[in-house]
Amino acid sequence: MSEINITVTVNGTKINANVKPEMNLLKFLRSQGFYDVKCGCEMGDCGTCTVIFNGSSVKSCITLAAQADGGTVWTNKGLGEVDELTQKLQKAFVEHGSIQCGFCTPGMIIAGKAYIEKGGKPDRNEIKKAISGNLCRCTGYKKIVDAIYDVAEQMSK
Amino acid sequence: MHVNTRIMPVEFEYLEPKTKAEALEMLAKYDNVKVLAGGTDLIVKLKTGADIKVDYMMNVKEIEELNYIKLEDNLVKIGAVTPLSTIENNEIINKYLPILSEAIKAMAAIAVRNMGTIGGNLCNSSPAGDTIPPLTVYDAKLILAGKQGTKEVSVEEFITGPGKNILAQDEMLVEVVVPAPKENTGAAFIKKTRVKADISKINTAVLMERVEDKCVNCRIAMGSVAAKVVRILPAEEAVRGQKVDLNLCQKAAQIVSDEIKPIDDNRSTAEYRKEIARVIVEDAMKIAWQRSGGEKIND
Ligand SMILES: Cc1cc2nc3c(=O)[nH]c(=O)nc-3n(C[C@H](O)[C@H](O)[C@H](O)COP(=O)(O)OP(=O)(O)OC[C@H]3O[C@@H](n4cnc5c(N)ncnc54)[C@H](O)[C@@H]3O)c2cc1C
Repeated sequence: MSEINITVTVNGTKINANVKPEMNLLKFLRSQGFYDVKCGCEMGDCGTCTVIFNGSSVKSCITLAAQADGGTVWTNKGLGEVDELTQKLQKAFVEHGSIQCGFCTPGMIIAGKAYIEKGGKPDRNEIKKAISGNLCRCTGYKKIVDAIYDVAEQMSK
Repeated sequence: MHVNTRIMPVEFEYLEPKTKAEALEMLAKYDNVKVLAGGTDLIVKLKTGADIKVDYMMNVKEIEELNYIKLEDNLVKIGAVTPLSTIENNEIINKYLPILSEAIKAMAAIAVRNMGTIGGNLCNSSPAGDTIPPLTVYDAKLILAGKQGTKEVSVEEFITGPGKNILAQDEMLVEVVVPAPKENTGAAFIKKTRVKADISKINTAVLMERVEDKCVNCRIAMGSVAAKVVRILPAEEAVRGQKVDLNLCQKAAQIVSDEIKPIDDNRSTAEYRKEIARVIVEDAMKIAWQRSGGEKIND
């Protein structure tokens, strides 16, 4: 089938490429070197491929690259370079020991950022809901919730 | 067998109409066009090898004229491509259709609700679709459009079976229209899942309209108990015109439990569904009644 030409601004850089219509955004991002976007379940369940697309969190494995044409994408790594809230979350994840194998971390940080940005309070139950679409097989979640709670508390002061 | 190929085992051309007229034109012109909204059902189905014929993938999420929520002549109108997360936070919805917002908040993760649309939930026509019971009890009408014109159908007429609806190949859903509930009307939505934000084992929506201590209109919809979301008319009938108390709630809930014929599947069993149906319908009726301004029903 015919390829289509797309332009997507990823982490502030405009990228132009030809893609097959059935390529997903996750594969596109990784093919462009954004390896911090992880490929997990590929079915929208595990959340490790979560990125910010046009201001909202989305799961890149079930988004087509074609749908991102003309849009902006931010990944955890890119946000970590420019966004203060993401930097705080990254630091808190390290301090609280919220990272073991690290595979879920990029998606968890994006989910935490999306939660706090929408006015999320330091409330453990609400934080658990906010990360309910992100699976972690190592930490038992407690330390991840601790880290997001910590930053939510800092931001609400 | 359940396989996750991780790749899309299909190839298609990509279409991106910017207006409704353009979309309807494309639907009429090409064969095997599949409407793509949030993709949270469709892309997952394609990846797991569902038998879906698609030569053209038509992304409708960029059609701005189908993304809105407004109140006109006492009707709440929701554009088909409006994201779920927009609906759950909207003032009009929270004021007039609160259980639609509650049902959406109990769906999936935030990222999925940012992508998924109300049109997608309806057209996916799953017996577990969470917006369907609320829209059924609110008596929503769906506006289907094709090049030839539009038609208006109820949610019950629209969905015919699991994943099946009456949409013709060259038609799409464009709008959901819901009459603003009358004064003294209350509704409740309850969903049972294995973990929070999961697909339902069972769900229910109940709406009750009150005149003094009597319920003059009652609608009860159940999800994940049949091939599609169903209303339980004998239970509604048993409530209509009656004075509402604990006894009545329990009687209606028992009728629901007796009437439904659920199945065993990977999310739950028929036995559990019959038992829990009674409990959630009783609870939902109590909440709906109180929200209609009726007196609190104690056990
Ligand atoms: C991790 C995860 C969790 C989920 N949890 C839940 C849950 O708890 N409850 C629940 O109900 N659902 C759940 N879903 C399913 C899904 O997110 C919802 O059904 C969503 O509303 C689908 O909307 P969409 O825009 O993504 O639809 P799409 O996937 O884009 O489309 C679904 C179907 O509808 C058709 N379609 C879409 N829009 C139109 C239109 N305007 N006109 C004609 N046809 C159209 C498409 O062709 C396709 O067949 C979940 C999905 C995922 C991935």
